[in-house]
Amino acid sequence: MFRNNYDNDSVTFSPQGRIFQVEYAAEAVKQGSVVVGIASKTHAVLVAIKRNAEELSSYQKKLFPIDEHTGIAIAGLTSDARVLSNFMKQQCLGHRLTYGRNMPIRNLVEQIGSKAQNNTQHYGKRPYGVGLLIAGVDNTGPHLFEFQPSGMTEEMQAFAIGARSQMARTYLERHLDAFQDSSREELITHGLRALKESLVQDRELTVDNTSVGVVGFIKEGEASYKVDPFKVYDGQEVSVFLEKVSDSAEGGAAPAAGGEAEGEGMEVDS
Amino acid sequence: MDHRPQAWGRPRDDIYGAYDGSYLQNSGPKQATQSPVVTGTSVIAIKFADGVVMAADNLASYGSLARFTDVKRLRTFHDNTVIGFGGDVSDMQYLDRLIGEIDIDQEYELEQLPDREAQKSVELMQASNLFTFLRRQMYHQRNEFNPLWNQILVAGFDDEHKPFLASVDLRGTSFTSPSLATGFGAALAQPIMRKYAATDEDAARLTRDQAVDVIKECMKVLFYRDARSLDRYSIAVVTKEGIDLKENEQLEKQSWAFAERIKGYGTQTV
Repeated sequence: MFRNNYDNDSVTFSPQGRIFQVEYAAEAVKQGSVVVGIASKTHAVLVAIKRNAEELSSYQKKLFPIDEHTGIAIAGLTSDARVLSNFMKQQCLGHRLTYGRNMPIRNLVEQIGSKAQNNTQHYGKRPYGVGLLIAGVDNTGPHLFEFQPSGMTEEMQAFAIGARSQMARTYLERHLDAFQDSSREELITHGLRALKESLVQDRELTVDNTSVGVVGFIKEGEASYKVDPFKVYDGQEVSVFLEKVSDSAEGGAAPAAGGEAEGEGMEVDS
Repeated sequence: MDHRPQAWGRPRDDIYGAYDGSYLQNSGPKQATQSPVVTGTSVIAIKFADGVVMAADNLASYGSLARFTDVKRLRTFHDNTVIGFGGDVSDMQYLDRLIGEIDIDQEYELEQLPDREAQKSVELMQASNLFTFLRRQMYHQRNEFNPLWNQILVAGFDDEHKPFLASVDLRGTSFTSPSLATGFGAALAQPIMRKYAATDEDAARLTRDQAVDVIKECMKVLFYRDARSLDRYSIAVVTKEGIDLKENEQLEKQSWAFAERIKGYGTQTV
């Protein structure tokens, strides 16, 4: 029944120096559907695959706006993510109240990092069962951060977490050089292509199961920038992005009509 | 000898009489600062085309006694903000410490950036952000019925890189204006500054030299007419290039000839 004697709580080391509860929490992240994030010099994007528990239910949201200038993508336990999301929203609001500006992203990420690490050092607590990608812009530019249940946070140029995310990461590694100078649209396209890589056979990106989130800078004059607020695209709004990565647009053998998203033709009864 | 541990280290009753506990207990309500103790007088500041000039004399008075004559009441923050303190000097030092902590945090944030070039191009916190912080701090303290007995001027730039000048007092009242003065300066210097910069448009037409001259003229008038002032003062000019702070200036070209015409004071008999 038990894998070993050292996984009953998150405060006890195994003789090999491991904390099993934290490792199990990391497994929970891998159960979640895949999310991809990429940062360029001007923008940071998050794209995600949404899952529905059953045919009759709606799709579980994967992207959440935190503040005007930042948002998160989640993989793992959604309810744990909500706790973190609410906390982050409050921190951003508090910072805006006290300093009248957008909260620096690194600052924000370090706060949830400390919060999560705390859970791994107190008896009776459990680690968060969720991984996050945090995209945002501040005075130092666009940023993408990864957050893990262990409390580890790290800045990334591009990253993917969740089920089968290794395939997406391979894509990102191959195209790493292109990201820095990519435009807003190019960055989204790269994100969706990475997402496609990690799809299981016979599944594809549709307007129903794909979410796109973008945040960035709009240049205003030579030295002044305006924040292009974090915006989540869902449903029909993502069709323009999906068209660019459809098999036909990518030079596949499919006929021209294949550009349509899957959900479209289904109800047509002709 | 009284051998009970409770009696150890206490004045002996047989020598000093019974201890009168009423001296220790304060049966009245808790009292916070009711009035300032060591005080600085006016701070004055005026905006000009590409920045702000601020000045304050170097005197800290103890009541009507000119107690300390080398107290610097202008403080710089992060090479883009000047803060001038009027009122209680110990409360100024407390706020100075608070601001110092933020400054250190800012420096660490800069250090996290990848390269020196990136550090230079980043402005983490502007005068407007620091002002929001001070405003919250002052209003918070007054809500605790324990105000910090100061009126503060903050000069620098706002988020849009335009010259910024604002004031907050011990009640948390805050406002901005092309020219500002605290204490006696509000009555004596403000009318003079208004002649040169009644509106932001007027201020935008002032040159740096003109603005400095106006401030020096005001400091002279203040020394003539404010009995708690000094002819040694600090003057700071904040521009996009940085801060030019001089902390040991001497009032020049004083003329006390007008004093002979003043009647009703001193040893005159008529």
